[in-house]
Amino acid sequence: MASAKKRRRWGKIGAHLLLVPFLVFALFPFYHMGMTSLKTDRELYDRKAVPLLIRQGVTLEHYTKLVRDSEFLTWAKNSLLVSFLATTLSLVIGTVAAYALARLTFVGVGGLGTAIFVTYLVPTSLLFLPLAQVVNWLGLGDSKWALVVTYPTFLVPFCTWLLIGYFRTVPKEVEECALVDGATRIQALWHIILPIAVPGLVCAALFAFTLSWNEFIYALTFTSSSDEITASVGVTQELIRGDIYYWGQLMAGAMLGSIPIVILYVFFLDYYVSGLTAGAVKG
Amino acid sequence: MATADAGVIVAAPRPRFRLRLRLREWLNREEVLGPLFVTPALLLLLVLVAYPFCMAVYFSLSDAFIGRPSQFIGIRNFVNLWESDAFRQTFQNAFVFTSIAIAFKLVLGITLALLLNQQLWFKRWIRGAVLLPWVIPTALSTLGWWWMFNSLYSVVNWTGIALELMDPPGPNWLGQKYYAMTAVIVVNIWRGLPFFAITILAGLMAIPKELYEAAEADGAGPVRRFWYITLPLLKPVLGIVILFSTIFTFSEFNIVYVLTNGGPINSTHLFATLARQVGLETGRIGEGAAISLYLFPVLMFVVWAQLKSVRKEVL
Repeated sequence: MASAKKRRRWGKIGAHLLLVPFLVFALFPFYHMGMTSLKTDRELYDRKAVPLLIRQGVTLEHYTKLVRDSEFLTWAKNSLLVSFLATTLSLVIGTVAAYALARLTFVGVGGLGTAIFVTYLVPTSLLFLPLAQVVNWLGLGDSKWALVVTYPTFLVPFCTWLLIGYFRTVPKEVEECALVDGATRIQALWHIILPIAVPGLVCAALFAFTLSWNEFIYALTFTSSSDEITASVGVTQELIRGDIYYWGQLMAGAMLGSIPIVILYVFFLDYYVSGLTAGAVKG
Repeated sequence: MATADAGVIVAAPRPRFRLRLRLREWLNREEVLGPLFVTPALLLLLVLVAYPFCMAVYFSLSDAFIGRPSQFIGIRNFVNLWESDAFRQTFQNAFVFTSIAIAFKLVLGITLALLLNQQLWFKRWIRGAVLLPWVIPTALSTLGWWWMFNSLYSVVNWTGIALELMDPPGPNWLGQKYYAMTAVIVVNIWRGLPFFAITILAGLMAIPKELYEAAEADGAGPVRRFWYITLPLLKPVLGIVILFSTIFTFSEFNIVYVLTNGGPINSTHLFATLARQVGLETGRIGEGAAISLYLFPVLMFVVWAQLKSVRKEVL
């Protein structure tokens, strides 16, 4: 008995040891970005210095320069606005569509379900060229509103798909009771189904926000002026001037641009894990 | 109505109220509420997905150029593409990139999922760390990799040299053909591995423990248990993960755009990055749209395969 216990203990330690390379691979880029953003330029470009450590003092210079000398705060504000609005819009459209597809029978319900699933698989890089034309015709060329309008094209299929699953787990009888008692379907959805499906809604909202914040190709194609671009585009496009790279500032921008997602992530880790596995989200 | 039947005199409902009641009843009918609820989603899909798709097809068959009326030229764009070295190189890159990246993500993903499925001390934190590359904005984390592969200050080379795995000064990662492709693939694996690992982990956790106990009682070792229980039962999950990853690895844009922008000499271009360069930077929208449309057969295949498996369960 004792040896079996001992063996299990060693197995546990072995599993941890084998995980170390995976964890280093996953986390090292972030560590290195963080280190670079906190180093003085002198140490950063000293080819004899150890790149893994900070030895000549920590500095916040790159961050203060980023906030003061570039439009970073505007870009972050744009990202926030676009992500928030696109998420809200998609969640509302997705919720009603998911309810209809999960609970109601009407002509074309099956076909529409398939259409939404197919759209969910369409990569953004397939349609960005013609979409740029559509955006121009809508009078939204070089405007962050173009992103608020186009992001739902990949968020709504995702939210709908995820929520159909959650709505189906609510027993039909619960809703039928309410309907027999004289509630309308809209009231039943609002007062009974949605409260039960709150974890699903939170999950859909988190993913929609993350996908919008991280979106790059549409933002890069549809917007270009400094007032309209998002954080990802701003940091990758505007912080690189000519052939000189300000690596400290670039890494500071990459760190700050990731912060909102990291905060959400730390608080809602379990939702991310469950959402990823439930919906088989785009990877 | 029930009160009226009972003989109690009630005032007739006011017309406004009656109208609202009728509207309420009308809205409650499935054949009314259903279409009403799906209309916003349907409109969105028609205007911003189906219509642009038709435009993409039209563009690809025309000589559309930014700011100029276009003419129908049939399949000449597709023919021209086959005669261009850049496109042929891109076509080859796409298959090399996708197959190598997915093979690594699959093998490493299964390994990582098996490890995460063990008894661990900081399970939640380890899972959180593993998933992190997947949540961070790809364009920004790729900037970090760009810095790590920098020709002068590469920390990858510094570490390699310090561990005596590389001869100084080490490879110029983003400036040499095969190294650049390696770098792009490594970053794609880095970003995509969490999706594989976490999804496969969910599949592992769904396998009943009794099966393993029974097999162990029958004297099956770990390798046989993996081969005859885990792998067969994991098949559906693996299928879905591979299909999903195929379409999104094939259509990758962010990593290549930030890391190499297709260079050196087109050796890392994928369809999406070449389409952008041709369609937007040189303005030949028709040709750009034609390049994008090469993603379509892959999409169709994945959709077909997914519908075959998913439809049975969900729709």
